[in-house]
Amino acid sequence: MSEELNTKKTQVLSEDGVVKIMVCAGTGCQSSGSLEVFDRLQEEIDDLDENIKVGLLSDNGNEDINEVEVEISGCHGFCDEGPLVRVDPMGILYTNVVVDDVESIVEDTLKRGKLAEDLCYRSADGTLYAKEEEIPFYKGQRRLVLGNLGEIDPESIESYKETGGYNALEKALTDMTPKEVWGEVLNAGLRGRGGAGFPTGKKWQFTYEEDADQKYVIANCDEGDPGAFMDRSLTEGDPHRVIEGITIAGYAIEATKGFIYVRAEYPLAVKRVNKAIDDAYENGYLGEDIFGSGFDFDLEVKRGAGAFVCGEETALISSIEGRAGRPQPRPPYPAQSGLYGQPTTINNVETLGNVPMIIRNGSDWYSSIGSENSPGTKTFAITGDVANTGLIEVPMGITMREIIYDVAGGMDSDRDFKAVQIGGPSGGCLPEKHLDIPLGFDSLQEVGAMVGSGGLVVMDENSCMVNVAKFFLNFIQDESCGKCTPCRDGTKRMLEILERLTEGEAKPNDIDRLEELSHYVKESSLCGLGQTAPNPVLSTLRYFRDEYEAHLEGRCPAGVCFDHE
Amino acid sequence: MPNPTATELVEIEINGEKFAGEQGSTILEIARENGIEIPKLCHMDQLEPTGACRMCLVELVDSGKLVTSCTHPAEDGMKVETDNERIHRSRKLNLELLLSNNTEVVDCDSDETRCEFSKLLKQYDVEVESYAGEKRNHENIEDNPFFKLDHDKCILCGRCVRACEEIRGRSAIDFVGRGFDTKIAPPLDRSLTEGTCQFCGQCVDACPTGALTSKMRIEKGDPTQVEKTSTVCTYCGVGCRMNVYTKDGEVVDVAPDPEAPANDIRICSKGRFGFDFVNRDDRLKQPLIKEKDEFREASWDEALDLVSEKLSEIKENHGSNAIAGLSSATCTNEENYLFQKFMRATVGTNGVDHCARLCHASTVAGLVRAFGSGAMTNSIGEIKDADTILITGSNTTESHPVIGLEVKKAVENGADLIVVDPREIDIAKEDATMYLRQNSGSDVAWIMGMIRVILEEGLWDEKFVEARTENFEEMREAAEEFTPDRVEELTGIDKKKLRKAARLYANADRGSILFAMGITQHSHGTDNVLAIANLAMVTGNVGKESTGVNPLRGQNNVQGACDLGALPNVYSGYQNVDLEENQKKFEDLWDVDLDPNPGLTVVEMIREAEKGNVNGMYIMGENPMVSDPDLGHVEKGLENLDFLVVQDIFMTETAEYADVILPAASFLETSGTFTNTERRVQHFDRALEPKGNSRPDWEIISQVSTRMGYPMKYGSADEITDEIADVTPIYTGITAERVANKQGLQWPCVTGDCTGTKYLHKGQFSRGLGKFHALHYREPAELPDGDYPFTLTTGRMYYHFHTRSMTGRSQGLDELVPEAYMEINPADAEALEVDSGDLVRVSSRRGEIEIKAKISDRVPSETVFIPFHFAEAAANRLTNSVLDPIAKIPELKVSAVNLEKVG
Repeated sequence: MSEELNTKKTQVLSEDGVVKIMVCAGTGCQSSGSLEVFDRLQEEIDDLDENIKVGLLSDNGNEDINEVEVEISGCHGFCDEGPLVRVDPMGILYTNVVVDDVESIVEDTLKRGKLAEDLCYRSADGTLYAKEEEIPFYKGQRRLVLGNLGEIDPESIESYKETGGYNALEKALTDMTPKEVWGEVLNAGLRGRGGAGFPTGKKWQFTYEEDADQKYVIANCDEGDPGAFMDRSLTEGDPHRVIEGITIAGYAIEATKGFIYVRAEYPLAVKRVNKAIDDAYENGYLGEDIFGSGFDFDLEVKRGAGAFVCGEETALISSIEGRAGRPQPRPPYPAQSGLYGQPTTINNVETLGNVPMIIRNGSDWYSSIGSENSPGTKTFAITGDVANTGLIEVPMGITMREIIYDVAGGMDSDRDFKAVQIGGPSGGCLPEKHLDIPLGFDSLQEVGAMVGSGGLVVMDENSCMVNVAKFFLNFIQDESCGKCTPCRDGTKRMLEILERLTEGEAKPNDIDRLEELSHYVKESSLCGLGQTAPNPVLSTLRYFRDEYEAHLEGRCPAGVCFDHE
Repeated sequence: MPNPTATELVEIEINGEKFAGEQGSTILEIARENGIEIPKLCHMDQLEPTGACRMCLVELVDSGKLVTSCTHPAEDGMKVETDNERIHRSRKLNLELLLSNNTEVVDCDSDETRCEFSKLLKQYDVEVESYAGEKRNHENIEDNPFFKLDHDKCILCGRCVRACEEIRGRSAIDFVGRGFDTKIAPPLDRSLTEGTCQFCGQCVDACPTGALTSKMRIEKGDPTQVEKTSTVCTYCGVGCRMNVYTKDGEVVDVAPDPEAPANDIRICSKGRFGFDFVNRDDRLKQPLIKEKDEFREASWDEALDLVSEKLSEIKENHGSNAIAGLSSATCTNEENYLFQKFMRATVGTNGVDHCARLCHASTVAGLVRAFGSGAMTNSIGEIKDADTILITGSNTTESHPVIGLEVKKAVENGADLIVVDPREIDIAKEDATMYLRQNSGSDVAWIMGMIRVILEEGLWDEKFVEARTENFEEMREAAEEFTPDRVEELTGIDKKKLRKAARLYANADRGSILFAMGITQHSHGTDNVLAIANLAMVTGNVGKESTGVNPLRGQNNVQGACDLGALPNVYSGYQNVDLEENQKKFEDLWDVDLDPNPGLTVVEMIREAEKGNVNGMYIMGENPMVSDPDLGHVEKGLENLDFLVVQDIFMTETAEYADVILPAASFLETSGTFTNTERRVQHFDRALEPKGNSRPDWEIISQVSTRMGYPMKYGSADEITDEIADVTPIYTGITAERVANKQGLQWPCVTGDCTGTKYLHKGQFSRGLGKFHALHYREPAELPDGDYPFTLTTGRMYYHFHTRSMTGRSQGLDELVPEAYMEINPADAEALEVDSGDLVRVSSRRGEIEIKAKISDRVPSETVFIPFHFAEAAANRLTNSVLDPIAKIPELKVSAVNLEKVG
């Protein structure tokens, strides 16, 4: 592989002669020191005097090439292997880069055009991969929404524009009526990526059809599922895509004011979006008379206050209004009476991230991707007992088996697969027999799970499913807003039963009671949080009932529960 | 052809039967309209539905979904089941879960709100232990004098939180915490006394479990074993109808009566928690006779004989006019009628007055002259629909809390609110569109100035003026002198602001003026009121719904006391004593000779007593030793009397001066009617037996009268009510029988079958044409100078009433605000080197007091405010008794004082 690279040296340089070194500044890589790597790289490059730079690149026979740029990028998703450094135009991906590796990148790759092999990814079988796109983790993916991540500088509007950014907005505003815009999105079949999968075009249509002086559009970036960071990565890594998407949405529903609601724990996302909004205003993509179309649109960031339930639409609205984030019964739906009582559309940021490309490429193009009822792609944060954890984007219709074994590289040990938990605390656990179901909103619902916002936890045979259910319920009970009885008190009693089961103190009718409570909480809770809260319990009861029964007898088949075992 | 009503109606099927309801109704509403009961816990009609408790879940037949009927709109063609096995199971489970947190359940089944949960538990046959587990363990909230929140009984329905926010706008409590650990508490877990709580008890009244209960009730034992009587609050002119709960002869709790006409389900802190004074041991329980400066107990016979003997003696020796009587704005209509009848028929004098002289005498004088009737033109319920409200001289949210809430409602509905007051009171800060601060006592100037702007800018209602009024040109001429520049000079109000306010009010479709003592208690109080009448008439803002001039009466029955003739110049119903036909009429009715000359007013009685021209006084339920101006002179006057009889429920500051004290029953121990500030006559029943040997005032008056040779033989208060209807034209239809309901009747009610009058002067004024008055500016009688450089203004505060004879004896109210204070501007405080809590000596030409400072930017620099309630630092030691020449009201609102830091 390294041989090959060296022989292709001249080809891998871009036409304008710029070598770009992109250091991943996603939260994962940052936390393992990528910004220090970035600083060191910057210093090293600055230290190279101009002649050397020219000389270095002239070695490759290309006189015009004389520039090296170091930039940050958004999250590549290959978080297990971070900090990541990508060298373009060669497409080289260096993994696990620390400050001390910078010298090798400069000396070997830049000066000598040699691959720093120690920094390349090697798969379990020892194969070395130099280029990012060749790494198996990326091979099974279809990165559309996350396409720019790792490749552009999230803090540069120019960088986004180079990818065709804001063309879709211009097209929508200057060539299309609002009705045509929501019609296009409706035809594309885009469904909400926040979890429920409601058709986005329809949501827009409802809001469009309401008659009101003021309407609002809100981007929901209050991602709260444990372990999920899709929305975060997108917003941190490609904020302009979200801005372009929400502005198009605003135009489609005739809203002149938008909010991006970002959870409190995402300071970097807030910073990047704020910068991006400023730049968009400066470039005329926000504010008055955008693209001379007469359409005015203002956008601002609202920060959450750390409550999971604020991802729920009505609670989110209350939170923006400055009230406690507690859900309201629906109807009225936000499309009828939302923020400040006005018609409001709320879309997940990933949903909005799909919008520019639908407008740019058309609904036919979009609906050809993915599956019939669930077109497009879906991002997931995959974690658990698999070889490659991280952020992925796959076409709908892919099977769970392909995700686990191809994209994620299979199990990380020789233990057998047991279950995959999909959809976070609202989702369900699927056993091996359902791994071949094609990914889709409806197909997963049929087997007791849901696409959800995109959490994916793969578990091997050492996992106790009762314990897993307890974990999720514990989370829900902590995050229940406390407003309605079933969610506040019902989940508490469910949790107590699960605690008894995992501590070997269960009462004989506990499983029946758990089941009864689960159904009750599901059908009588006020909001989506409570209505889906029992899913982890119900799906594990459905597929792993024997484990529950074993706990009733004081046995934990996985050997997780009961301290003494 | 489409049915024109079809678009407004929806038809839904409930349990297989079809029902129609209004578009926009919820499922719950349509079900209830048709007698189908759906259980609920978090829902209350007066609150926005919230769908939290999930008890009212019903099944949508087509989708199989369970939805909360309290929030779900009824859609045409919808099929609903309100009860089936699944729903029943769900509700039962819900109750089981709620119960699983509670360590204690109030077991009761009365129709009180607090029994709702208990009754549902029984209805659904819920066992306690079904889902037993961890119980919430929060510290109860009881660090306030009034009520306790017992978390062990709380089901977190949130009604208290929403009642506080939606009905009161306070948000003093909220949900705190998340998930299972959620609790109801003040934000940030602070003490209620530190936050926005006003202790109105709205939360307590909303609680369906009894988790929130008044402490008084808890202290009296089993809080469920109580008796309920509907009565009317005596703490201000709103006339809140309330239920009083009693047990073993004592008041144990109070709550608003849900059928109340004036106050809906609201009441204030004083009404809710301030009636424990009735139970107190220091109530007067036996007649007292003073011997050698000491009081000794006496029998009723002895005391009544002595009173009749002494009064007869004075009458004989000095003439009837040597006796003066003070009636009471706290007593019933019947008692006031009887008292003035006693003074006129038995004693033979018109020397009867009461504290209306000190509050709204100028209103009655002014509005009678301008409109022909001296009462609120509109009803309380109309305020919320006004589109512009001008409040001046009324600290509405503190003195008339429920009316304050109506004003807030109007503002929420989009009304503009203009507040003109020397003090930047809460409603000015919280709700006003415009706040104008005038110099104390400069009201004629700014009001006439507004009129001048309105005339100059052509904003006046020419048609109204033409058709409905007289004397306009004279008034217009007088207004000329009030140029904006001059007004700014006199009042301190920026001329641009004055113009803006004038336009705002003039452009109102439904402009309503609310005023109180800030307008009336001046040596030119009548002029102030006439100015207000001018302003309303020039803009046509009178005689329509939600549009008019509304004096807010201070005491619970000050309207009634005036209506029933406890005034020196009129018989009941404002029939002038100096009109021969009236004199004849009453001479015939009462079968005595009557004096055609008006008698003495409050302040005049005291002055004449000091001079020796009044030798005997009968004071019923009044406390001039705190409430009247220039107390030094009141003291001398009372001391100078040959004989003073005081009839009261407590040993008041005035009673100390009495020769005989007659113990009266409190309002809870009598029955009768009160007339509230919106002219609504409301009947109430006796809730308790009179304390000790006390007797209802009307019985005592009858007994004295009979002993003095003019027999009064009434078998009940109702008989007096009927006599009032007979002799009082505006009360003609208000007989005991017709008023014996919770809605009462609003006078004028001039026929036997009338339904009352919601607002006055529709079509024409009571006097025919409304009369404009040409007014000129007069300064307050005493302005600050080098010796007395500060302006003192006096008034009320939220937690106390009048002379504190009641609120000062209410444990909780007294605990919350136990002592007097003086509001002083931060700049003045700094100059005097005074901190909040420091003692300040306040002196005027008439006396001095020492009082604690309370630094506040509510008052402007060089003005201080002292609430007049506190005898131990009585503002009225300082006030000026100079009178308005027409209404004889003293200038309680402006006097000059000096301040010195003590020590």
